Parts: sequence; structure tokens; C-alpha cells
Amino acid sequence: MACLGFDETELRLGLPGGGNDAEEAARSSGKRAFEDTIDLKLKLEQPAPAVAQKDEKDEEEEAAAAQNVVHAATPLLSTPAASVATGGGNMKRSPSLTSVNTAVLPDPEKPRAPKAQAVGWPPVRSFRKNIISVHSQKGKADDNSGDKSGTAAFVKVSMDGAPYLRKVDLRMYGSYQELSMALEKMFSSFTIGSCGSQGMTGMNESKLADLLSGSDYVPTYEDKDGDWMLVGDVPWEMFVESCKRLRIMKGSEAVGLGQSLYQQTSMMYCHLASSHS
Amino acid sequence: MIYFPEEVVEHIFSFLPSHSDRNTVSLVCKVWYEIERLSRRAVFVGNCYAVRPERVVRRFPKLCVLTVKGKPHFADFNLVPPDWGGYAAPWIEAAARGCVGLEELRMKRMVVSDESLELLARSFPRFKALVLISCEGFSTEGLADIASHCKLLRELDLQENDVEDRGPRWLSCFPDSCTSLVSLNFACIKGEVDSASLERLVAKSPNLRSLRLNRAVTVDTLSKILMRTPNLEDLGTGNFTNEFQTESYLRLTNALEKCKMLKSLSGFWDASPVCVPFIYPLCHQLTGLNLSYTPTLDYSDLTRMISRCVKLQRLWVLDCISDKGLQVVASSCKDLQELRVFPSDFYVAGYSAVTEEGLVAISSGCPKLSSLLYFCHQMTNDALITIAKNCPNFIRFRLCILEPRKPDAMTNQPLDEGFGAIVRECKGLRRLSISGLLTDKVFMYIGKYAKHLEMLSIAFAGDSDDGMMHVLNGCKNLRKLEIRDSPFGDGALLGNVAKYETMRSLWMSSCNVTLKGCEILASKMPMLNVEIMNELDGSSEMEENPGDFSKVEKLYVYRTTAGTRGDAPNFVKIL
Repeated sequence: MACLGFDETELRLGLPGGGNDAEEAARSSGKRAFEDTIDLKLKLEQPAPAVAQKDEKDEEEEAAAAQNVVHAATPLLSTPAASVATGGGNMKRSPSLTSVNTAVLPDPEKPRAPKAQAVGWPPVRSFRKNIISVHSQKGKADDNSGDKSGTAAFVKVSMDGAPYLRKVDLRMYGSYQELSMALEKMFSSFTIGSCGSQGMTGMNESKLADLLSGSDYVPTYEDKDGDWMLVGDVPWEMFVESCKRLRIMKGSEAVGLGQSLYQQTSMMYCHLASSHS
Repeated sequence: MIYFPEEVVEHIFSFLPSHSDRNTVSLVCKVWYEIERLSRRAVFVGNCYAVRPERVVRRFPKLCVLTVKGKPHFADFNLVPPDWGGYAAPWIEAAARGCVGLEELRMKRMVVSDESLELLARSFPRFKALVLISCEGFSTEGLADIASHCKLLRELDLQENDVEDRGPRWLSCFPDSCTSLVSLNFACIKGEVDSASLERLVAKSPNLRSLRLNRAVTVDTLSKILMRTPNLEDLGTGNFTNEFQTESYLRLTNALEKCKMLKSLSGFWDASPVCVPFIYPLCHQLTGLNLSYTPTLDYSDLTRMISRCVKLQRLWVLDCISDKGLQVVASSCKDLQELRVFPSDFYVAGYSAVTEEGLVAISSGCPKLSSLLYFCHQMTNDALITIAKNCPNFIRFRLCILEPRKPDAMTNQPLDEGFGAIVRECKGLRRLSISGLLTDKVFMYIGKYAKHLEMLSIAFAGDSDDGMMHVLNGCKNLRKLEIRDSPFGDGALLGNVAKYETMRSLWMSSCNVTLKGCEILASKMPMLNVEIMNELDGSSEMEENPGDFSKVEKLYVYRTTAGTRGDAPNFVKIL
């Protein structure tokens, strides 16, 4: 258990609620996540009401996740997610930009389109975006991974049920939490863990089994040796080095991966439970 | 009709400057078709799926220079899913079978495998030039094959490709006998580079005129290389941090002084402001400068450099330059023809130091400006009208206001009048990208005035089908139309179907076209491929609901003689 005392390995789960100060942190962390997900957001065709619901849920999750960030140790605070200023204003994503339907006709009388990012906007090539973003991340993060900051670490990401892959540059993120949020936005039906309103303390092995066997998704990755591992089991930097591709599996399938995966997951959740009690 | 001997006709054809001219003469009569095809050296294929590779090779057996483009332009912005297509292999294989005299291959937005590169390297004994732009699918091992086997290689130009790094071995694969290199660009290679190999390569390449290094190349190495290339005309520096030895500093200064032919500079990866003064002795002779990968330089660093570049014709910068900086450019660079200002902050509500004022200053100081790409956060109609009057010579005008549907920053009106002025004044306009709040009116102007427009990019604009109809009906020379997030539907799609046969392609994503509309288009126009990409795996859905009015997420329509392509992935449905 002692070996799991790394904040970096913590896979942040979406806790409900969160106070006002969490909201502000939510905006900043949300903003950063938007920047990271410029290329990643998968625009799923959803009816407008569902989208609105999704927005609320996202904000809740962001608020909760941000709360975790706020309480976390310094290394996480120095990541761009926390350090970016709030300038973003309304973070609520309007259906007109997140959904497929752009039937909303521009009306000069209405307030301008909310300041959310659309996929592939602004129209800047990935090559260029990587150079500029990596550079700004390098400037903000304190650690000296300077030598490798120029190299991207693109991996394919597939989600069970989604019709095609996306590609993600792992070096665009500083932590599992950032990656998790990016993936979440990318495949918007993806939920790492809706532990429900019981919160972390309610987590135990049987609930974990329910989680994994339910319709929730679990992120896994193939490492250099060709083994499939659960995302979050090694320190972030090590993960970036060894990850060759990502697969977001249906929970029910992940259980089939084997006991070790199960154990890793439960150890991870237990750690989270203990750190937040 | 006067009959000339074939040799004479062929000789006359050799003076025709463009592909389209040669295409035209080939249509005159059978004799001319035969003469033309047997003497054609360079072929340009704008859409790799418009024609089968075997057919091209069969028609032009003397093919020496082949250019092929693959994915639609919006693939650059990740709007086209991976594995969509655009494979180079069929082209290289067909050429390997049918025209072994191939000397140059240029590809853009295609998927090129290492196997294809190896086949390329081994199949064409006279191969001289490989240019790959925005391609992917290959690694440094493929480059090793090119280096090893292309004994006459003159040009290896890799621009913004996604190359898998499998080590620096490739650079040492050039045999000692290969001394013909004129142009080498490996700026997009992500990994390490073996300095000794690089220096050896440069030492044995007396004809080297263009060299673009990647980020891994240190100033120490650069200084050694430059000592050997006094005739260099185009340089992309490597890493330009301020951590290098005094020895290198002296060497660099000496070397740069000797490079009297150096006209174009780029790179400046991680450039620290301290390094900027090294470049000062060169500034007066520069015609091209690309500082757009260097967010570390601020307004004052940039202007100190650029104010000395009095002969500058092409400038690429980040918006850190600010409006003030652009005023300095406007007063110093009177010969400026091309300007690109890229965003340093991609967040829509973030900060940018450039506004409409910077662009107005440029337009009044640089009347020769003909090509523009400008990212900013705000624009006004007045500014655009002034710009149009100052610079009637625009051929390419691409304006990207970062916030979708943002109105005139002063009046809160749509920017219809501003863009209207651009198309009205700039009679030679060939390429246009519009942004900001725009109604159908802007399209009315475009259709009415933009008679030479060949490519139009539309995002978050328009009110109704009328907008798109104005463009389809009015722009006689339109070749490529790409639209995203705009309220154009089946009415517009089907309003002028014959138009699509005169165009290379149409892209529509997140618009209001439905499956039904696309099916109608496909049935009316058999010479078009109508490709649909939907987010959800819609193949079963589409079959179950033949009359479905569900919106199509992504639509790509192009004319073709090749029929349905066999390499489409399962998320692409070709109607």
C-alpha cells in the first residue's frame, strides 16, 4: 500500500457537488482541458436536451475534479490545469457548438456564441499547435523534462463502440487527470467512474465489481511489452514513455482482463478513498 | 488547317506553362492528344481518388514529375478521421510498373508507408526529388531506404509530416558517392540526429542550397555546418537556445558573415532573445523569414530583427508581434508580398496582441501584399474596407477571427460589407477564407464579384440555403468549396448539381444536409463520389431507414473517373 502513495497515479473521479471556490477552479481546469481537447473532441450526435444535461454533469464533474486538484499536493498545482487564469468567462458549452445540429441561426441581437472550443477550431495544423502548446506547457510546468518536450507522443485511442479512432499526443498533458478529462470530452459517453452520490467512502470491492461490469468505461493501454494495463498504475511520466496505444473498454470487458487488473483498480480506488476521508 | 510535323507540335507544347494549358490542347483532336500525352513530363493530380493511378501511368508513359494530393484540406484540422484514406501505395506501385523514368514525386496529405518508400527507392534509377507535405504513416526507416538507394537524390523535402522516429540511422545512409544534394529539409523529424553524420553529409554536398534542420540540432553543430555552406540560400536553424560554447559563438558569427547568398531563414526553435543579434548581419539580404515557431520572442525582439529586413517579401510570425510590431513591419518592409500571423493562444477567449489595426497598418505600408493569413480576435468592416482599397492585389486572403460568429468589434454588425469590399476590390482573388458574423449577404457579394475565386473556406457563417446558392451559381472558377458549421441544407446541396462536375471537391461538415439529400445527389450525378462520414456507426441505421432525414455529419463530394474507391474504411459510406 505504501508504494501507492503517489499523487501522480491518482485517477481523479468525478465527485458530485462542490462549492463556489471549486467552481472557479472548475473554470480554470475546464479551460485548460478545452485547450488540450482542441483536436480531441468527438462530436457525438445527441438531441439537445441530452446535451444540456451532459453539460451540467460535466460541470459537476469538472467542479469535483477541480476540488481534488485544489486539495492535491504541489506538483499537481503547478500543472497548467490549475495555473491558468480564469479569463474564460462562461464555460457552459452551448448546444450549438457541441452538437451536430447547427440549425441555430446567427442572430445579431442575441448574445454572441459562448466561448467554447469547437473541434478543429481554430484552423491551425496539429504540427503547429503541438509546438506552441508544448512550449507553453514547458514554460508553466516546473519539472525539467526539457529534452523531450519537443517530441510528441502520439498514440491511437479507440473506444469500444465508437466507429473510429482518434489520436492523442500524451505529451500535451501533465497528468492522468488532464488526460482523463480530455478523453472524457473526446468520447462524451465515457465516464471513468460515476461512483454515484455515495462518494469515495462508499467504494468497496463489490461496488467496484458493479462499476466494472456496468456500462461504464475503463481506460486501458498497451505498453511497450504488448501487455494491456489499466491506465493509472504507474507514475505519469513512466506511462507516457511506455504507452503505445489506448483503448477505452466497456467495464464488462475489462473485468475479463484478469484478476491483476481488478486488483490494481481496487487498490487505486482504495487509495483514493483513504486520501479523501 | 495547317499540319505541322509532330516534332514541331511537341516543341510548341513544351512552351505551355501550365497543366491546364496542356490539358486544353489535348482536347483539340486525337493527334494532339497523342502528341501531348507522349511528351508530357509533369502531371498534377489534385485529388488522388479522381483518377486511377494505372490510367495516369498508361496515358503518360514519359512521366517524370508526379504530384498527388490526398485528404481534403480540413484534414489538417482533424476534421477527417484517421484511416479515411489517401494512400500513396497504389500510386507508387503503378509508377513502378509503368514509368520507371520517374524523377520527382510530390505528395500532400497522403498516407505513405515505409514499404512504399522502399519501393520508391528501389524502382526509379533516375529518382531525384521527394517532397512530402502533411503526410503520415512512415518512419525514419523509410527515409533510410530513400537515402541508401537514390543515388542521384537532389531534393528531400519533408514539410510538417508526422514521422515516426526510429532513430537517427537514416542520416548516415547516404552513400559517399551521393554528392548531388541540393535541398534537404528534415525540420519535422522529431528525434535525435547524429551530428557527425550530418556534418559528413553536408561536407560532401557542394551543391547544397537549402537546408532545414530539426529541433535536435544544436548551435554547435549548426556553426560547424555553416562553415561548409557559404552558398546556402535557405536555412532552417536547429535549436537556438543560448546554451552553447564561445567557440561555437565565434564560428557561427564567422560562418553567417560568409553566407552572402542566404535569403531565407526559418526554424529558430526555442530561440532565446539573446540569439537574435546573431542574425542582424543577414537581415538586409533576407527575402523570407519564418519566426512562427518561436513563442519565446516578444514584440521588441521581433521588431528589432524585422526592422532591418528591408528586402523582406515573405514573413511568418506569431501574434506576439502585436499591432505595434506590425506597424514596424509596415514601415520597414515595403516589398512585403506574403504575411502570415499565427495565433499563440488557441483558446477562443484568450488573448491576442493583434487586431484589425495591425492589418490596416500593413495594408497601407505594403501595397504589394498579395497573400495573407491572419488570425486575430476582432475585426471591423471599416478596417476591411480600408484594407481592400489599399491592397487591391490580393490573390489569397484568409482571415480567421478566433471566436466563431463574432461581429464587427465597433458596430456589432455582421462583417458582410467588409468581405464584400475585399471581393469587389481584389479582382484577382483566387483563395478566400471568411470568418466572424456573416449573413447570406456576404455570399451574395462573393457570388457577384469573386469571379476568379478558386477556393473558398466557410465556417460558422450564413443564414440559409441562399448563401451557398449564391456561391455555386456565381463563382465561375470555383474548384474547392469547404464549409463547416453553417446552416446550408439539402436545398443548397441540390440547387446546382451540375456545378460539382466543374469543381474538384465539396466538403460540408456540421451543416444541415441529410442522408436523403446526399442520396439524391448521388443518384443524379453518377460521375461524383458522395462520401458520408457519421460519428455513430450508422451503417446499419442507414439501411434500416432508407428515407431517413437524419443529418449527415460529414460530407465529401468529388468528381471522379475512378468510380467508388475500394479502400474506404467502414465509417465512410459512398452512395
